[in-house]
Amino acid sequence: MSINATPAGAEVTAEAERPGGRHAAVPAQRAGRRARTPLSENKRAERRLGWLLCAPAALVMVLVTAYPIIYSVWLSLQRFDLRFPDQREFIGLENYATVLTNQFWWTAFGVTALITVVTVAIELVLGMALALLMHRTLVGRGIVRTAALIPYGIVTVVAAFSWRYAWTPGTGYLANLFDGSAPLTERASSLAIIMLAEIWKTTPFMALLLMAGLALVPEDLLKAASTDGATAWQRFTKVMLPVMKPAILVALLFRTLDAFRVFDNIFVLTAGGNETSSVSMLAYNNLIRGLNLGIGSTMSVLIFLTVAIIAFVFVKLFGTAAPGSDDGERR
Amino acid sequence: MADIVLDKVSKRYPDGTVAVQDVDLEIADGEFVILVGPSGCGKSTTLNMIAGLEDISSGELRIAGERVNDKAPRDRDIAMVFQSYALYPNMTVRENMAFPLRLAKVDKETIDSKVEEAAKVLELTPLLDRKPANLSGGQRQRVAMGRAIVRQPKAFLMDEPLSNLDAKLRVQMRTVVSRLQKQLGTTTVYVTHDQTEAMTLGDRVVIMRGGAVQQVGPPQELYDHPRNLFVAGFIGSPSMNFLHAAVEDGKLRTALGDVPIGERLRRQLDGADAPRELILGIRPEHFEDAGLVDDDTRRRGMEFEAPVEIVESMGSDKYVYFTVEGERASAAELEELAADAGAADFTGTGASLVTRLSAESPVREGENRRVWFNLEKIHLFDPSTGRNLTLHEGRASGALAD
Amino acid sequence: MATETTTRAKLRWGLLDVIVVVFAFIPVLWIASLSFKTPATLADGKFWPREWTLDNYRTIFATDQFIRALVNSIGIALIATLVAVVLGAMAAYAISRLDFPGKKLLVGVSLLIAMFPQVSLVSPLFEIERQLGLFDTWPGLILPYITFALPLAIYTLSAFFKQIPWDLEKAAKMDGATQGQAFRRVIAPLAAPGLFTTAILVFIFCWNDFLFAISLTSTERSRTVPAALSFFTGASQFEDPTGAICAAAVVITIPIILFVLFFQRRIVSGLTSGAVKG
Repeated sequence: MSINATPAGAEVTAEAERPGGRHAAVPAQRAGRRARTPLSENKRAERRLGWLLCAPAALVMVLVTAYPIIYSVWLSLQRFDLRFPDQREFIGLENYATVLTNQFWWTAFGVTALITVVTVAIELVLGMALALLMHRTLVGRGIVRTAALIPYGIVTVVAAFSWRYAWTPGTGYLANLFDGSAPLTERASSLAIIMLAEIWKTTPFMALLLMAGLALVPEDLLKAASTDGATAWQRFTKVMLPVMKPAILVALLFRTLDAFRVFDNIFVLTAGGNETSSVSMLAYNNLIRGLNLGIGSTMSVLIFLTVAIIAFVFVKLFGTAAPGSDDGERR
Repeated sequence: MADIVLDKVSKRYPDGTVAVQDVDLEIADGEFVILVGPSGCGKSTTLNMIAGLEDISSGELRIAGERVNDKAPRDRDIAMVFQSYALYPNMTVRENMAFPLRLAKVDKETIDSKVEEAAKVLELTPLLDRKPANLSGGQRQRVAMGRAIVRQPKAFLMDEPLSNLDAKLRVQMRTVVSRLQKQLGTTTVYVTHDQTEAMTLGDRVVIMRGGAVQQVGPPQELYDHPRNLFVAGFIGSPSMNFLHAAVEDGKLRTALGDVPIGERLRRQLDGADAPRELILGIRPEHFEDAGLVDDDTRRRGMEFEAPVEIVESMGSDKYVYFTVEGERASAAELEELAADAGAADFTGTGASLVTRLSAESPVREGENRRVWFNLEKIHLFDPSTGRNLTLHEGRASGALAD
Repeated sequence: MATETTTRAKLRWGLLDVIVVVFAFIPVLWIASLSFKTPATLADGKFWPREWTLDNYRTIFATDQFIRALVNSIGIALIATLVAVVLGAMAAYAISRLDFPGKKLLVGVSLLIAMFPQVSLVSPLFEIERQLGLFDTWPGLILPYITFALPLAIYTLSAFFKQIPWDLEKAAKMDGATQGQAFRRVIAPLAAPGLFTTAILVFIFCWNDFLFAISLTSTERSRTVPAALSFFTGASQFEDPTGAICAAAVVITIPIILFVLFFQRRIVSGLTSGAVKG
């Protein structure tokens, strides 16, 4: 058995031994600070593999989003109507002026904002209730979860048609409850129906995101709270909500941005009639119906900026709780 | 089979933290070496560097004389047993054990016979076609061992392989591991935070703290001749008692009375920069009920009287806790040890002294008892450096040595 | 007393369950019911059909219009799902297992894309695809689908991959596997359930899309069912298309219902595991 060690010994703590004399240690130490120059074979292979594996996904995502976005900024600075292709020319910010002074744009913007705020607020409440139900119900948990997934999975257009026919006078079981009036021909009732359809479709998704947060609330914490004398409501507000806060914020962020894109339901339910267009609907109409690429692109850019601002505000407001800022990736 | 040499091996992370600092260690062919220390001491990092699962920042690692710093784990020919066992859940026990051989492209018959053989050694034969999910903790542990031994590697690395077992099984598996290692004669590096495992299993024990090696040696040597306060406190259960001692008039003033010191120690303490405050360490078994000590023995120690707090009867002997007055011993090492035991901020009141007295002692809780302790077994530590002052040429010699 | 309260609690929960189930199913049942009504009773306003008929289904399968759309839908969704899951799995493996610079950036970018307003892409893509000859073709839809499915796939899969014990890969390396072998022989079999779940989620996403489908197609060459539905006119011009639309809607709802019924547990765990990580 060969003998051992020049142990660092008690008098030399890890810190004390560090300074300079040992030149074997010095280069690597410096390199470590300058960030990893001498990488072992292993480490380099790991990085190469990492890049290699991510490259295709990253490439597709960037090619299909980044380039078009830049291209649409370029288009938005031009007069470009496919019906009059010879009139194509660079006009600077004129399209922006046109859109931003246009009453239809602001109406659509207002409609979109209204739908977003109302549906997300209602969905949060209903979603929380549904999440609690799915999480805590004593009976039929599987059935409730299956049922909740139906609206999530179903094609939005299909659901939209279902609502449309339900509110069509004569045909619909719901329209007939209201004396056969035609709610989809009036602005207020149309908007209400659009929101109903949106809420029906996306509450389950909200609930699932919230349920993931609920699962993080330790059961013992709730037991401790009830032995400490907290009522059910106090347990919910003082124990569950604080623990769930990150999950709630994630759910809110996703749903807000998603709601802002509202399109399918409006397309089928009202086709934007009676001033019920959302911004997406308006952009689509200008582009595909009107074939006005310049104006359509301008709206695209404006919508993109709005969404970016909303996302930025969320991330700023909620700081570290925002998704993507967690360090869980690194292990 | 091979020897393993660590030559000034260090691990630094990009953020500047040093996990392992200049570790020098020569592990002989066939030797069983234990790396032990509190969590965060760098023992697992050291093991992972030997395995090739973590890069070595500086220094050199040689296996069988060959530098392997930049070799992938698969090219080092070493097997590892993980704390979580890391059994592949989608494979049966047989497939788990055959996996390394199949990767090495061994022919099917050889694989079969080697797996059968390993299964027999570990008494896994009836379980070969089960999935890991259907095994008990102890069985899983044995499968993990089986997977390591089938390919007859140059060395075994074990990362706290028993810590997920319950206490009884752990003791049982300890002997299995020990027997297996002796049978195979394969060089083994074993990481644990449990000092009992370290004492019972290894040929040699490496005690680590804060990334640095504190002491290397056979278990008994570390127990009897700890180089510093940390080693002294870490090894032994119940652990060594530490008392504050002030150097006054060639004596040590302690809560147990004035302890005389020998010539050599006196010379050491006469130096101008010698510490005036020391920490006195004494293990529980070096106390005895004063009434049970014969005169011959009595001369080698001294006595004190103190109130008995608690008596724990172990059958073979009694653990008796005394309350003693006086200042508490304090040093960075002691705080660290307390933190590792999870008691850093739970100190109780006053100093408590743990003694291990003969079972015949009639000691009762609440009474005052006269206790003798052995001056030849006393250790004295410098609180600022932790160094054991009673150590002379590597051997501890008590307070009275000339 | 204890049993009494639990019975009452059960009843209460049961009642809530029923409300949810009814609320979730009514629109689906309604459109199914419409699809079985005869033209004469279609506008009677009753929830259940008085006379049952399969005529609407015969109608849609008699014309090429719906069958073409169905083939487009299935083909486009399957190809996009396959590609997105393969690319997503590669990236998710790298994100959850390897350490390399640029990882955070990738995670950030895919998060941005997940929240991206699709309509912003419609105009540039419309123009770019027209120039490249991709407009109104399968690849013209598959590409954006892959793009928007990738964040979903990457998040869900990295959440699944992170649940696989890290030690296993180390153990495989110690057992002599290369990084590639560790992936194929140890991680991939364990990841299969996650891959499957992700595939379902991605498929639902592609199956569902409407905006790209009506913007980037113009004929039945590549129009998918949701887009085709909005252009449905029935067998002849004078026929009310309601029954046919409902029948077609029911047909494309069937796969969703089947997924949900058989894989409820997986879908829920897929959606929630991705969500916890964000």
